[in-house]
Amino acid sequence: MMIKDAEVDLLLTDLMDLYGYDFTDYSKASLKRRINRLLLLDKFPSFAELRFRVKTDEDYLKRFVEEITVNVTEMFRDPSFYRYVREKVLKVLATYPLIRIWHAGCSTGEEVYSMAILLQEANLLHKSLLYATDLNPDVLEKARKGIFPLVNMKQYSENYILSGGTHEFSDYYTAKYDHAIFNKELSGKMIFATHNLVSDRSFNEFQLILCRNVLIYFDKDLQDRVLTLFDQSLDALGFLALGSKETLRFSTISNHYIQQDKEKIWRKKSS
Amino acid sequence: MEKEIFMNKYELLIIGGSAGGLEVLLEVLPQLRTDLDYAVVLVMHRRGGDSLLTGLLSDKTKLAVKEAEEKEAIRPGVIYIAPADYHLLIENDKTFSLDYSEKIHYSRPAIDASFETAAEAYGPLLAGVLLSGANADGAEGLLQIKQAGGLTIVQDPDEASVSYMPQQAIEKNAADKILTTRQIIGLLNELNHSIKPGNR
Repeated sequence: MMIKDAEVDLLLTDLMDLYGYDFTDYSKASLKRRINRLLLLDKFPSFAELRFRVKTDEDYLKRFVEEITVNVTEMFRDPSFYRYVREKVLKVLATYPLIRIWHAGCSTGEEVYSMAILLQEANLLHKSLLYATDLNPDVLEKARKGIFPLVNMKQYSENYILSGGTHEFSDYYTAKYDHAIFNKELSGKMIFATHNLVSDRSFNEFQLILCRNVLIYFDKDLQDRVLTLFDQSLDALGFLALGSKETLRFSTISNHYIQQDKEKIWRKKSS
Repeated sequence: MEKEIFMNKYELLIIGGSAGGLEVLLEVLPQLRTDLDYAVVLVMHRRGGDSLLTGLLSDKTKLAVKEAEEKEAIRPGVIYIAPADYHLLIENDKTFSLDYSEKIHYSRPAIDASFETAAEAYGPLLAGVLLSGANADGAEGLLQIKQAGGLTIVQDPDEASVSYMPQQAIEKNAADKILTTRQIIGLLNELNHSIKPGNR
């Protein structure tokens, strides 16, 4: 069974009317694939039954929202990006008395822990605050716990070394059964909060905003609105980091930013 | 039943391949007409975050070869390559979008994801080709292209360096045509709008 475009629209209208979740400006192909996947996964005999469940069961709604958004992430993803942050960006951030960083759309938090490791190795974690936000409360709960599957650690350790890490990566976590429990001192400076990039406003000013592989799910208008939100939330001379296939290039804020080398990191001009 | 191929209509050609597929492309690309008037999308399994593939393939043709960018409009005469480690989706408005969701058949990019969304967006204006590979990816997507009225071609498993992937598509009855590399080249050139259908 494949869901029709009109049915996708019906579900999105329900989510908006009943719960205030606005997915109407998300890229459609991905959403549709995710909804089809969920129909199969949860063995709904028909679209009507899925719709009924979403409309009447708030617990299921949580699952639905979590599953139609993509929550795949990894630690030290794109090691050269982290190498650049380690070698260049942190040098600038070090000059601030208090470093405020926003991970927007952080999902289960692997990149937030990566950043905390960088900050700790640069001896900056003690004066940093990492705001980690997502629209899904359940993935934030996972991020807060800092417990990740042990099977991924080999890959993460390789990424970490490629990013310029020189410590023993396994010192950052305790292995228990098939989980890696990350050290509490890493999460001590993290603040987790639900924040919906579509509907919520700027809530602070930051020197570094990371939003990697989130904008790819938005249409052009929404991308532009979200980039404007970041612009409003970023100090002059602050840094904005996007995913490896995302760009500021065609956005309305691009004039105020300078790309840093070839990395997907832009620095805001002084005025 | 031989499917009738209507020339002068295909807007998009999408090709998927895995192990052994790249060699076929290296043979096909130099022999493609350079006045191609449909767009081409290549979805190839590979390891790592390489931009090597774009360079390698652009050396083989005078046509424009580039990595597909998210939200980019699909234009005729251009060969787009699915970037490493993202699924490449095709929107109904004939633009690309990227997706970093779970791997499908251990693959990202997954051929199925691109084929299925292309079938939705282009319907009968789509031609799909599945090449050599050791993976089941692509067979389901090819079937959806066929069901949406598109033309589906599978590399002859006898010729493919790894026959598993084409074989999977044939077993699903997803192939309108089973062709050798040489025959594929001939057909792709005939799909061009600017020439009249000839004898095959």
